[in-house]
Amino acid sequence: MTVVQVEQVWKAFGQESVLRGIDLEVGLHEVVVLIGASGSGKSTLLRCINGLETVDAGRILLDDDLDVTAFNTDLDAVRRRVGIVFQSYNLFPHMSVIDNITLGPRKVLRLPAAEAQQRARDLLGRFGLADKADEYPDRLSGGQQQRVAIVRALAMQPELMLFDEITSALDPLLVGEVLDAVRELKSEGLTIVMATHEMAFARDVADRVCFLDGGVVLEQGTPEEIFGEPRERRTREFLVRIRG
Amino acid sequence: MTEPGGASVVAARAGSTPYVDPARVRYRQRKAWRDAAIGIVSLLVTVAVVAFIVVRTPGWAVVQETFFSPEAFAESFPGLIEAFWLNIRIFLIAEPLILIVGLSVALVRRLKRPIFLPLRIVATIYVDVFRGVPTLLVILLLGFGIPALQLQGAPDSVLFWGVVALVLSYGAYVAEVFRAGIDSVHPSQRMAARSLGLSSWQTNRYVVVPQAVRNVTPPLLNDFISLQKDTALVSVLGPIEVLRRAQIDASFTFNYTPYVAAACLFIALTIPMTRFADWLQERQRRRRGPGASV
Ligand SMILES: Nc1ncnc2c1ncn2[C@@H]1O[C@H](COP(=O)(O)OP(=O)(O)O)[C@@H](O)[C@H]1O
Ligand SMILES: [Mg+2]
Repeated sequence: MTVVQVEQVWKAFGQESVLRGIDLEVGLHEVVVLIGASGSGKSTLLRCINGLETVDAGRILLDDDLDVTAFNTDLDAVRRRVGIVFQSYNLFPHMSVIDNITLGPRKVLRLPAAEAQQRARDLLGRFGLADKADEYPDRLSGGQQQRVAIVRALAMQPELMLFDEITSALDPLLVGEVLDAVRELKSEGLTIVMATHEMAFARDVADRVCFLDGGVVLEQGTPEEIFGEPRERRTREFLVRIRG
Repeated sequence: MTEPGGASVVAARAGSTPYVDPARVRYRQRKAWRDAAIGIVSLLVTVAVVAFIVVRTPGWAVVQETFFSPEAFAESFPGLIEAFWLNIRIFLIAEPLILIVGLSVALVRRLKRPIFLPLRIVATIYVDVFRGVPTLLVILLLGFGIPALQLQGAPDSVLFWGVVALVLSYGAYVAEVFRAGIDSVHPSQRMAARSLGLSSWQTNRYVVVPQAVRNVTPPLLNDFISLQKDTALVSVLGPIEVLRRAQIDASFTFNYTPYVAAACLFIALTIPMTRFADWLQERQRRRRGPGASV
Protein backbone atom coordinates (compact mmCIF):
# COMPACT_ATOMS: atom_id res chain seq x y z
CA MET A 1 0.00 0.00 0.00
CA THR A 2 1.24 3.47 -0.84
CA VAL A 3 1.02 6.11 1.88
CA VAL A 4 2.32 9.00 -0.24
CA GLN A 5 2.69 9.23 -3.94
CA VAL A 6 4.41 12.31 -5.36
CA GLU A 7 4.02 12.55 -9.14
CA GLN A 8 5.87 15.05 -11.29
CA VAL A 9 5.68 17.88 -8.78
CA TRP A 10 7.04 21.29 -9.78
CA LYS A 11 7.55 24.19 -7.43
CA ALA A 12 9.29 27.54 -7.94
CA PHE A 13 9.77 30.58 -5.73
CA GLY A 14 9.69 33.51 -8.13
CA GLN A 15 12.18 32.67 -10.85
CA GLU A 16 13.96 30.07 -8.71
CA SER A 17 12.81 26.61 -9.76
CA VAL A 18 13.25 24.34 -6.73
CA LEU A 19 11.33 21.14 -7.56
CA ARG A 20 11.48 20.14 -11.24
CA GLY A 21 9.09 17.26 -11.78
CA ILE A 22 9.94 15.22 -8.72
CA ASP A 23 8.59 11.68 -8.18
CA LEU A 24 8.55 9.83 -4.88
CA GLU A 25 6.61 6.90 -3.52
CA VAL A 26 6.48 5.87 0.13
CA GLY A 27 4.96 2.59 1.25
CA LEU A 28 3.34 1.66 4.55
CA HIS A 29 5.82 1.33 7.47
CA GLU A 30 8.60 2.58 5.26
CA VAL A 31 11.30 5.01 6.49
CA VAL A 32 12.53 7.17 3.61
CA VAL A 33 15.45 9.51 4.15
CA LEU A 34 15.97 12.55 1.91
CA ILE A 35 19.55 13.72 1.51
CA GLY A 36 20.92 16.48 -0.65
CA ALA A 37 22.81 19.75 -0.53
CA SER A 38 21.42 22.68 1.42
CA GLY A 39 18.88 24.39 -0.88
CA SER A 40 18.16 21.26 -2.89
CA GLY A 41 14.47 21.40 -1.95
CA LYS A 42 14.13 18.83 0.87
CA SER A 43 12.12 21.15 3.09
CA THR A 44 10.05 22.38 0.17
CA LEU A 45 9.11 18.81 -0.76
CA LEU A 46 8.13 17.96 2.82
CA ARG A 47 6.03 21.11 3.09
CA CYS A 48 4.27 20.33 -0.18
CA ILE A 49 3.29 16.93 1.19
CA ASN A 50 1.28 18.41 4.07
CA GLY A 51 0.03 21.39 2.09
CA LEU A 52 2.10 24.09 3.80
CA GLU A 53 3.25 24.99 0.26
CA THR A 54 1.07 24.73 -2.84
CA VAL A 55 2.61 23.01 -5.84
CA ASP A 56 2.84 24.61 -9.30
CA ALA A 57 2.21 21.36 -11.18
CA GLY A 58 1.90 17.65 -10.49
CA ARG A 59 0.02 15.61 -7.94
CA ILE A 60 0.48 14.33 -4.39
CA LEU A 61 -1.78 11.50 -3.22
CA LEU A 62 -2.21 10.26 0.34
CA ASP A 63 -3.35 6.63 0.68
CA ASP A 64 -4.29 6.61 -2.98
CA ASP A 65 -7.49 8.52 -2.13
CA LEU A 66 -6.79 12.01 -0.81
CA ASP A 67 -5.29 14.41 -3.37
CA VAL A 68 -3.32 17.04 -1.45
CA THR A 69 -2.83 19.10 -4.59
CA ALA A 70 -6.46 19.23 -5.80
CA PHE A 71 -7.66 22.81 -6.12
CA ASN A 72 -10.34 22.50 -3.45
CA THR A 73 -8.70 20.13 -0.94
CA ASP A 74 -9.47 20.62 2.72
CA LEU A 75 -5.88 21.09 3.85
CA ASP A 76 -6.84 20.87 7.51
CA ALA A 77 -7.99 17.32 6.77
CA VAL A 78 -4.63 16.57 5.13
CA ARG A 79 -2.73 17.93 8.12
CA ARG A 80 -4.78 15.84 10.53
CA ARG A 81 -3.28 12.78 8.84
CA VAL A 82 0.28 14.03 8.31
CA GLY A 83 2.48 15.13 11.21
CA ILE A 84 5.53 17.35 10.76
CA VAL A 85 8.40 18.29 13.05
CA PHE A 86 10.65 21.24 12.22
CA GLN A 87 14.32 21.98 12.71
CA SER A 88 13.52 24.82 15.13
CA TYR A 89 10.96 22.89 17.30
CA ASN A 90 8.36 25.70 17.04
CA LEU A 91 6.75 24.85 20.37
CA PHE A 92 4.19 27.38 21.62
CA PRO A 93 6.13 29.33 24.26
CA HIS A 94 3.05 30.57 26.12
CA MET A 95 1.76 27.06 26.84
CA SER A 96 3.04 24.35 29.15
CA VAL A 97 4.33 21.15 27.58
CA ILE A 98 1.07 19.32 28.23
CA ASP A 99 -0.99 22.15 26.70
CA ASN A 100 1.26 22.19 23.63
CA ILE A 101 0.57 18.50 23.16
CA THR A 102 -3.17 18.47 23.89
CA LEU A 103 -4.05 21.53 21.79
CA GLY A 104 -4.38 19.62 18.52
CA PRO A 105 -6.21 16.58 19.93
CA ARG A 106 -8.68 18.79 21.83
CA LYS A 107 -9.38 21.45 19.22
CA VAL A 108 -8.95 19.48 16.00
CA LEU A 109 -9.83 15.89 16.92
CA ARG A 110 -12.36 17.09 19.55
CA LEU A 111 -11.12 14.64 22.17
CA PRO A 112 -12.41 15.22 25.71
CA ALA A 113 -9.78 17.02 27.79
CA ALA A 114 -9.18 14.04 30.08
CA GLU A 115 -8.58 11.70 27.19
CA ALA A 116 -6.22 14.14 25.45
CA GLN A 117 -4.30 14.55 28.72
CA GLN A 118 -4.01 10.82 29.19
CA ARG A 119 -2.76 10.37 25.65
CA ALA A 120 -0.20 13.16 26.14
CA ARG A 121 1.06 11.76 29.45
CA ASP A 122 1.43 8.26 28.01
CA LEU A 123 3.48 9.62 25.13
CA LEU A 124 5.61 11.85 27.39
CA GLY A 125 6.34 8.83 29.56
CA ARG A 126 7.43 6.76 26.59
CA PHE A 127 9.86 9.46 25.48
CA GLY A 128 11.36 10.01 28.93
CA LEU A 129 9.60 13.31 29.54
CA ALA A 130 7.07 12.27 32.19
CA ASP A 131 8.27 14.88 34.67
CA LYS A 132 8.21 17.74 32.14
CA ALA A 133 4.46 17.88 31.52
CA ASP A 134 3.94 21.11 33.43
CA GLU A 135 7.15 22.89 32.43
CA TYR A 136 7.23 25.67 29.88
CA PRO A 137 9.25 25.05 26.71
CA ASP A 138 11.94 27.65 27.50
CA ARG A 139 12.89 25.69 30.63
CA LEU A 140 13.80 22.59 28.59
CA SER A 141 17.00 21.71 26.77
CA GLY A 142 16.98 21.68 22.97
CA GLY A 143 16.82 17.91 22.88
CA GLN A 144 13.88 17.85 25.28
CA GLN A 145 12.07 20.55 23.30
CA GLN A 146 12.50 18.59 20.10
CA ARG A 147 11.20 15.43 21.74
CA VAL A 148 8.16 17.39 22.96
CA ALA A 149 7.64 18.60 19.38
CA ILE A 150 7.72 14.97 18.23
CA VAL A 151 5.22 13.99 20.92
CA ARG A 152 3.00 16.92 19.94
CA ALA A 153 2.88 15.66 16.36
CA LEU A 154 2.40 12.05 17.49
CA ALA A 155 -0.55 12.94 19.71
CA MET A 156 -2.56 13.56 16.54
CA GLN A 157 -1.94 9.88 15.66
CA PRO A 158 -0.80 10.70 12.12
CA GLU A 159 -0.47 7.97 9.54
CA LEU A 160 2.60 9.67 8.10
CA MET A 161 5.32 11.63 9.86
CA LEU A 162 7.59 14.21 8.23
CA PHE A 163 10.87 15.19 9.96
CA ASP A 164 12.69 18.21 8.57
CA GLU A 165 16.30 18.17 9.82
CA ILE A 166 15.09 17.76 13.37
CA THR A 167 18.60 17.47 14.82
CA SER A 168 20.27 20.31 12.92
CA ALA A 169 19.69 22.94 15.62
CA LEU A 170 20.89 20.69 18.44
CA ASP A 171 24.06 20.56 20.47
CA PRO A 172 25.91 17.40 19.30
CA LEU A 173 25.54 15.88 22.77
CA LEU A 174 21.74 16.09 22.48
CA VAL A 175 21.36 14.65 18.97
CA GLY A 176 21.37 11.06 20.23
CA GLU A 177 18.26 11.33 22.41
CA VAL A 178 16.22 12.72 19.51
CA LEU A 179 17.46 10.07 17.09
CA ASP A 180 16.57 7.40 19.65
CA ALA A 181 13.02 8.75 19.61
CA VAL A 182 12.92 8.35 15.83
CA ARG A 183 14.23 4.78 16.12
CA GLU A 184 11.45 4.03 18.57
CA LEU A 185 8.86 5.29 16.09
CA LYS A 186 10.34 3.20 13.32
CA SER A 187 10.17 0.12 15.50
CA GLU A 188 6.46 0.75 15.94
CA GLY A 189 5.97 0.79 12.21
CA LEU A 190 5.21 4.47 11.69
CA THR A 191 5.67 5.62 8.09
CA ILE A 192 8.35 8.34 8.05
CA VAL A 193 9.88 10.70 5.51
CA MET A 194 12.82 12.61 6.91
CA ALA A 195 15.36 15.11 5.66
CA THR A 196 18.66 14.88 7.49
CA HIS A 197 22.38 15.52 7.37
CA GLU A 198 23.10 12.74 9.87
CA MET A 199 24.48 10.21 7.41
CA ALA A 200 25.36 7.58 10.01
CA PHE A 201 21.81 7.71 11.29
CA ALA A 202 20.37 7.59 7.77
CA ARG A 203 22.39 4.46 7.09
CA ASP A 204 21.09 2.96 10.32
CA VAL A 205 17.33 3.59 10.11
CA ALA A 206 16.52 4.19 6.44
CA ASP A 207 14.73 1.59 4.37
CA ARG A 208 15.43 3.77 1.38
CA VAL A 209 17.65 6.82 0.81
CA CYS A 210 16.77 9.42 -1.84
CA PHE A 211 19.34 11.89 -3.12
CA LEU A 212 17.75 15.17 -4.24
CA ASP A 213 19.62 17.15 -6.84
CA GLY A 214 18.53 19.62 -9.50
CA GLY A 215 14.91 19.45 -8.36
CA VAL A 216 14.51 15.69 -8.86
CA VAL A 217 15.35 12.47 -7.02
CA LEU A 218 18.58 11.85 -8.87
CA GLU A 219 19.29 8.51 -7.25
CA GLN A 220 17.60 6.27 -4.71
CA GLY A 221 18.20 2.91 -3.13
CA THR A 222 18.96 1.07 0.07
CA PRO A 223 21.48 2.72 2.41
CA GLU A 224 24.02 0.09 1.32
CA GLU A 225 23.58 1.03 -2.32
CA ILE A 226 23.64 4.81 -1.85
CA PHE A 227 26.42 5.01 0.72
CA GLY A 228 28.35 1.94 -0.50
CA GLU A 229 28.31 2.17 -4.25
CA PRO A 230 26.55 5.29 -5.54
CA ARG A 231 26.04 5.20 -9.30
CA GLU A 232 25.81 8.93 -9.96
CA ARG A 233 28.83 11.20 -9.94
CA ARG A 234 26.80 13.99 -8.21
CA THR A 235 25.87 11.60 -5.40
CA ARG A 236 29.49 10.61 -4.87
CA GLU A 237 30.58 14.25 -4.81
CA PHE A 238 27.88 15.11 -2.28
CA LEU A 239 28.81 12.21 0.00
CA VAL A 240 32.48 13.13 -0.13
CA ARG A 241 31.71 16.72 0.75
CA ILE A 242 29.40 15.90 3.65
CA ARG A 243 31.82 13.39 5.16
CA GLY A 244 34.39 16.22 5.24
CA MET B 1 43.07 22.79 56.62
CA THR B 2 44.73 25.86 58.14
CA GLU B 3 43.65 28.63 55.76
CA PRO B 4 40.85 30.92 57.00
CA GLY B 5 37.41 29.66 56.02
CA GLY B 6 38.94 26.34 55.08
CA ALA B 7 36.31 24.28 56.81
CA SER B 8 33.46 25.94 54.95
CA VAL B 9 35.22 25.48 51.59
CA VAL B 10 35.40 21.79 52.30
CA ALA B 11 31.75 21.69 53.36
CA ALA B 12 30.69 23.57 50.21
CA ARG B 13 32.68 21.25 47.96
CA ALA B 14 31.04 18.22 49.55
CA GLY B 15 27.49 19.51 49.16
CA SER B 16 25.94 21.85 46.67
CA THR B 17 25.95 25.08 48.72
CA PRO B 18 27.69 28.10 47.22
CA TYR B 19 30.93 29.29 48.78
CA VAL B 20 31.88 32.95 49.19
CA ASP B 21 35.19 34.11 50.68
CA PRO B 22 34.37 35.44 54.23
CA ALA B 23 36.48 38.54 53.60
CA ARG B 24 34.35 39.27 50.54
CA VAL B 25 31.17 38.75 52.56
CA ARG B 26 32.34 41.37 55.09
CA TYR B 27 33.30 43.73 52.29
CA ARG B 28 29.87 43.38 50.64
CA GLN B 29 28.08 44.05 53.93
CA ARG B 30 30.16 47.14 54.63
CA LYS B 31 29.55 48.41 51.10
CA ALA B 32 25.79 47.85 51.38
CA TRP B 33 25.64 49.87 54.63
CA ARG B 34 27.80 52.66 53.24
CA ASP B 35 25.72 52.91 50.03
CA ALA B 36 22.49 53.11 52.02
CA ALA B 37 23.88 55.77 54.39
CA ILE B 38 25.23 57.94 51.57
CA GLY B 39 21.92 57.75 49.71
CA ILE B 40 19.86 58.79 52.71
CA VAL B 41 22.13 61.65 53.78
CA SER B 42 22.29 62.96 50.21
CA LEU B 43 18.49 62.86 49.93
CA LEU B 44 17.92 64.65 53.28
CA VAL B 45 20.40 67.40 52.45
CA THR B 46 18.85 68.00 49.02
CA VAL B 47 15.32 68.19 50.41
CA ALA B 48 16.42 70.60 53.14
CA VAL B 49 18.22 72.88 50.69
CA VAL B 50 15.35 72.96 48.19
CA ALA B 51 12.77 73.58 50.92
CA PHE B 52 14.89 76.35 52.38
CA ILE B 53 15.24 78.08 48.98
CA VAL B 54 11.55 77.74 48.11
CA VAL B 55 10.30 79.07 51.43
CA ARG B 56 12.74 81.97 51.35
CA THR B 57 11.76 82.98 47.80
CA PRO B 58 9.76 86.22 47.75
CA GLY B 59 6.17 85.49 46.74
CA TRP B 60 6.15 81.97 48.19
CA ALA B 61 3.40 82.97 50.62
CA VAL B 62 1.17 84.06 47.72
CA VAL B 63 1.93 80.91 45.76
CA GLN B 64 1.13 78.79 48.77
CA GLU B 65 -2.14 80.58 49.42
CA THR B 66 -3.25 80.34 45.75
CA PHE B 67 -2.26 76.77 44.95
CA PHE B 68 -1.78 74.97 48.25
CA SER B 69 -4.33 76.49 50.60
CA PRO B 70 -5.31 73.93 53.26
CA GLU B 71 -8.74 75.52 53.77
CA ALA B 72 -9.60 75.55 50.04
CA PHE B 73 -8.35 71.99 49.83
CA ALA B 74 -10.50 70.76 52.71
CA GLU B 75 -13.51 72.55 51.30
CA SER B 76 -13.34 71.24 47.75
CA PHE B 77 -11.92 67.77 48.30
CA PRO B 78 -15.12 65.82 49.15
CA GLY B 79 -16.88 67.22 46.08
CA LEU B 80 -13.86 66.45 43.92
CA ILE B 81 -13.72 62.84 45.07
CA GLU B 82 -17.38 62.42 44.25
CA ALA B 83 -16.85 63.93 40.80
CA PHE B 84 -13.75 61.78 40.29
CA TRP B 85 -15.91 58.70 40.65
CA LEU B 86 -17.49 59.69 37.33
CA ASN B 87 -14.01 59.73 35.69
CA ILE B 88 -13.36 56.28 37.05
CA ARG B 89 -16.68 55.00 35.72
CA ILE B 90 -16.00 56.50 32.28
CA PHE B 91 -12.62 54.77 32.32
CA LEU B 92 -14.01 51.42 33.48
CA ILE B 93 -16.68 51.42 30.77
CA ALA B 94 -14.48 52.75 27.95
CA GLU B 95 -11.40 50.57 28.51
CA PRO B 96 -12.93 47.11 27.88
CA LEU B 97 -14.76 48.49 24.84
CA ILE B 98 -11.51 49.95 23.52
CA LEU B 99 -9.77 46.59 23.89
CA ILE B 100 -12.58 44.85 22.01
CA VAL B 101 -12.65 47.45 19.22
CA GLY B 102 -8.85 47.53 18.97
CA LEU B 103 -8.39 43.76 18.81
CA SER B 104 -11.28 43.28 16.36
CA VAL B 105 -9.99 45.97 14.02
CA ALA B 106 -6.46 44.56 14.16
CA LEU B 107 -7.74 41.07 13.31
CA VAL B 108 -9.98 42.35 10.52
CA ARG B 109 -7.00 44.08 8.95
CA ARG B 110 -5.21 40.72 8.89
CA LEU B 111 -8.05 38.83 7.12
CA LYS B 112 -6.92 37.50 3.76
CA ARG B 113 -10.04 36.17 2.03
CA PRO B 114 -11.32 38.39 -0.78
CA ILE B 115 -14.86 38.31 0.62
CA PHE B 116 -13.63 40.41 3.55
CA LEU B 117 -12.23 43.19 1.37
CA PRO B 118 -14.98 45.70 2.31
CA LEU B 119 -14.43 45.01 6.02
CA ARG B 120 -10.70 45.46 5.59
CA ILE B 121 -11.20 48.79 3.83
CA VAL B 122 -13.55 50.03 6.54
CA ALA B 123 -11.06 49.04 9.25
CA THR B 124 -8.20 50.79 7.47
CA ILE B 125 -10.17 54.00 6.94
CA TYR B 126 -11.33 53.92 10.56
CA VAL B 127 -7.77 53.71 11.86
CA ASP B 128 -6.49 56.39 9.48
CA VAL B 129 -9.25 58.81 10.38
CA PHE B 130 -9.37 58.39 14.12
CA ARG B 131 -5.63 58.38 14.59
CA GLY B 132 -5.41 61.66 12.74
CA VAL B 133 -8.18 63.59 14.51
CA PRO B 134 -7.61 65.05 18.00
CA THR B 135 -9.61 63.22 20.67
CA LEU B 136 -11.07 66.50 21.90
CA LEU B 137 -12.46 67.22 18.43
CA VAL B 138 -14.11 63.80 18.24
CA ILE B 139 -15.69 64.37 21.65
CA LEU B 140 -17.10 67.76 20.62
CA LEU B 141 -18.30 66.43 17.28
CA LEU B 142 -20.13 63.42 18.69
CA GLY B 143 -21.14 64.89 22.04
CA PHE B 144 -22.78 68.03 20.66
CA GLY B 145 -23.34 66.97 17.06
CA ILE B 146 -25.32 63.77 17.39
CA PRO B 147 -27.79 64.86 20.09
CA ALA B 148 -28.40 67.99 17.94
CA LEU B 149 -29.63 65.74 15.13
CA GLN B 150 -32.43 64.52 17.40
CA LEU B 151 -32.34 61.14 15.74
CA GLN B 152 -35.11 58.71 16.56
CA GLY B 153 -33.85 56.18 19.08
CA ALA B 154 -30.34 57.61 19.39
CA PRO B 155 -29.39 58.28 23.01
CA ASP B 156 -29.25 62.02 23.64
CA SER B 157 -27.00 61.79 26.70
CA VAL B 158 -23.80 63.78 26.12
CA LEU B 159 -22.02 61.45 28.51
CA PHE B 160 -22.93 58.47 26.32
CA TRP B 161 -21.50 60.14 23.23
CA GLY B 162 -18.46 61.32 25.15
CA VAL B 163 -17.65 57.71 26.02
CA VAL B 164 -18.30 56.62 22.42
CA ALA B 165 -15.88 59.29 21.23
CA LEU B 166 -13.18 58.10 23.64
CA VAL B 167 -13.69 54.51 22.54
CA LEU B 168 -13.45 55.38 18.84
CA SER B 169 -10.40 57.57 19.30
CA TYR B 170 -8.47 55.19 21.55
CA GLY B 171 -9.70 52.12 19.65
CA ALA B 172 -7.74 53.26 16.59
CA TYR B 173 -4.52 53.56 18.61
CA VAL B 174 -5.00 50.27 20.36
CA ALA B 175 -5.77 48.55 17.04
CA GLU B 176 -2.33 49.59 15.81
CA VAL B 177 -0.70 48.35 19.00
CA PHE B 178 -2.42 44.97 18.61
CA ARG B 179 -1.46 44.82 14.94
CA ALA B 180 2.19 45.33 15.83
CA GLY B 181 1.78 42.62 18.47
CA ILE B 182 0.33 40.17 15.97
CA ASP B 183 3.17 40.90 13.55
CA SER B 184 5.69 40.29 16.33
CA VAL B 185 4.66 36.62 16.57
CA HIS B 186 7.03 34.64 14.36
CA PRO B 187 5.40 33.11 11.24
CA SER B 188 6.81 29.70 12.24
CA GLN B 189 4.31 29.70 15.13
CA ARG B 190 1.43 30.00 12.69
CA MET B 191 2.99 27.29 10.51
CA ALA B 192 3.35 24.94 13.49
CA ALA B 193 -0.28 25.49 14.50
CA ARG B 194 -1.64 25.01 10.98
CA SER B 195 0.41 21.85 10.54
CA LEU B 196 -1.42 20.35 13.54
CA GLY B 197 -4.63 20.83 11.59
CA LEU B 198 -5.83 23.93 13.43
CA SER B 199 -7.94 26.27 11.30
CA SER B 200 -6.86 29.84 10.66
CA TRP B 201 -9.34 31.06 13.29
CA GLN B 202 -8.16 28.50 15.88
CA THR B 203 -4.56 29.44 15.14
CA ASN B 204 -5.33 33.08 15.93
CA ARG B 205 -7.39 32.21 18.95
CA TYR B 206 -5.00 29.80 20.68
CA VAL B 207 -1.54 30.59 19.34
CA VAL B 208 -1.13 34.04 17.79
CA VAL B 209 -3.36 36.37 19.81
CA PRO B 210 -2.27 35.14 23.27
CA GLN B 211 1.37 35.75 22.37
CA ALA B 212 0.57 39.07 20.70
CA VAL B 213 -1.28 40.31 23.79
CA ARG B 214 1.64 39.31 25.99
CA ASN B 215 4.08 41.17 23.76
CA VAL B 216 2.10 44.41 23.78
CA THR B 217 0.96 44.54 27.40
CA PRO B 218 3.40 47.33 28.37
CA PRO B 219 2.40 49.69 25.53
CA LEU B 220 -1.25 48.89 26.19
CA LEU B 221 -0.84 49.89 29.82
CA ASN B 222 0.62 53.19 28.68
CA ASP B 223 -2.51 53.78 26.63
CA PHE B 224 -4.63 52.93 29.69
CA ILE B 225 -2.78 55.56 31.69
CA SER B 226 -3.30 58.10 28.97
CA LEU B 227 -7.01 57.25 28.86
CA GLN B 228 -7.37 57.77 32.60
CA LYS B 229 -6.23 61.36 32.08
CA ASP B 230 -8.29 61.91 28.96
CA THR B 231 -11.53 61.08 30.77
CA ALA B 232 -11.25 64.74 31.81
CA LEU B 233 -11.81 65.79 28.19
CA VAL B 234 -15.46 64.76 28.52
CA SER B 235 -15.81 67.83 30.79
CA VAL B 236 -16.17 70.04 27.70
CA LEU B 237 -19.58 68.46 27.14
CA GLY B 238 -20.79 69.53 30.59
CA PRO B 239 -20.90 66.42 32.84
CA ILE B 240 -19.52 67.28 36.24
CA GLU B 241 -16.46 65.11 36.39
CA VAL B 242 -13.46 66.06 38.47
CA LEU B 243 -11.94 68.71 36.19
CA ARG B 244 -15.29 70.46 35.73
CA ARG B 245 -15.87 70.33 39.49
CA ALA B 246 -12.45 71.88 40.14
CA GLN B 247 -13.12 74.57 37.56
CA ILE B 248 -16.41 75.49 39.23
CA ASP B 249 -14.85 75.57 42.70
CA ALA B 250 -11.91 77.66 41.50
CA SER B 251 -14.11 80.17 39.74
CA PHE B 252 -16.08 80.79 42.93
CA THR B 253 -13.09 81.31 45.21
CA PHE B 254 -10.41 82.60 42.79
CA ASN B 255 -8.21 79.96 44.35
CA TYR B 256 -6.46 77.30 42.28
CA THR B 257 -6.08 74.74 45.02
CA PRO B 258 -9.00 72.63 43.66
CA TYR B 259 -7.06 72.17 40.41
CA VAL B 260 -4.05 70.96 42.35
CA ALA B 261 -6.27 68.64 44.36
CA ALA B 262 -7.79 67.25 41.15
CA ALA B 263 -4.28 66.74 39.79
CA CYS B 264 -3.40 64.78 42.93
CA LEU B 265 -6.39 62.50 42.37
CA PHE B 266 -5.26 61.71 38.82
CA ILE B 267 -1.72 61.07 40.00
CA ALA B 268 -2.95 58.78 42.76
CA LEU B 269 -4.72 56.74 40.10
CA THR B 270 -1.94 56.64 37.49
CA ILE B 271 1.07 55.99 39.72
CA PRO B 272 0.16 52.39 40.61
CA MET B 273 -0.55 51.73 36.93
CA THR B 274 2.76 53.28 35.85
CA ARG B 275 4.70 51.23 38.37
CA PHE B 276 2.92 48.10 37.21
CA ALA B 277 3.78 48.90 33.56
CA ASP B 278 7.43 49.50 34.53
CA TRP B 279 7.53 46.22 36.40
CA LEU B 280 6.07 44.30 33.46
CA GLN B 281 8.49 45.92 31.04
CA GLU B 282 11.42 45.11 33.31
CA ARG B 283 10.25 41.50 33.61
CA GLN B 284 10.04 41.11 29.84
CA ARG B 285 13.49 42.62 29.46
CA ARG B 286 14.91 40.18 31.98
CA ARG B 287 13.19 37.26 30.25
CA ARG B 288 15.02 38.09 27.05
CA GLY B 289 18.08 36.84 28.86
CA PRO B 290 21.67 37.71 29.71
CA GLY B 291 22.96 41.17 28.90
CA ALA B 292 19.86 42.75 30.39
CA SER B 293 21.68 43.82 33.56
CA VAL B 294 24.73 45.35 31.83
N1 LIG C 1 9.15 30.55 1.17
C1 LIG C 1 10.18 30.68 0.30
N2 LIG C 1 10.30 31.80 -0.45
C2 LIG C 1 11.32 31.94 -1.32
N3 LIG C 1 12.26 31.02 -1.51
C3 LIG C 1 12.22 29.89 -0.80
C4 LIG C 1 11.16 29.66 0.16
N4 LIG C 1 11.36 28.44 0.72
C5 LIG C 1 12.47 27.93 0.13
N5 LIG C 1 12.99 28.79 -0.78
C6 LIG C 1 14.17 28.55 -1.60
O1 LIG C 1 14.04 27.30 -2.19
C7 LIG C 1 15.29 26.62 -2.20
C8 LIG C 1 15.13 25.25 -1.57
O2 LIG C 1 14.95 25.44 -0.17
P1 LIG C 1 14.70 24.24 0.84
O3 LIG C 1 13.53 23.45 0.38
O4 LIG C 1 14.60 24.84 2.18
O5 LIG C 1 16.01 23.39 0.69
P2 LIG C 1 16.67 22.37 1.72
O6 LIG C 1 15.65 22.06 2.79
O7 LIG C 1 17.03 21.18 0.92
O8 LIG C 1 17.89 23.04 2.27
C9 LIG C 1 16.28 27.50 -1.49
O9 LIG C 1 17.08 28.14 -2.45
C10 LIG C 1 15.44 28.50 -0.78
O10 LIG C 1 16.06 29.75 -0.76
MG1 LIG D 1 15.68 22.46 4.80
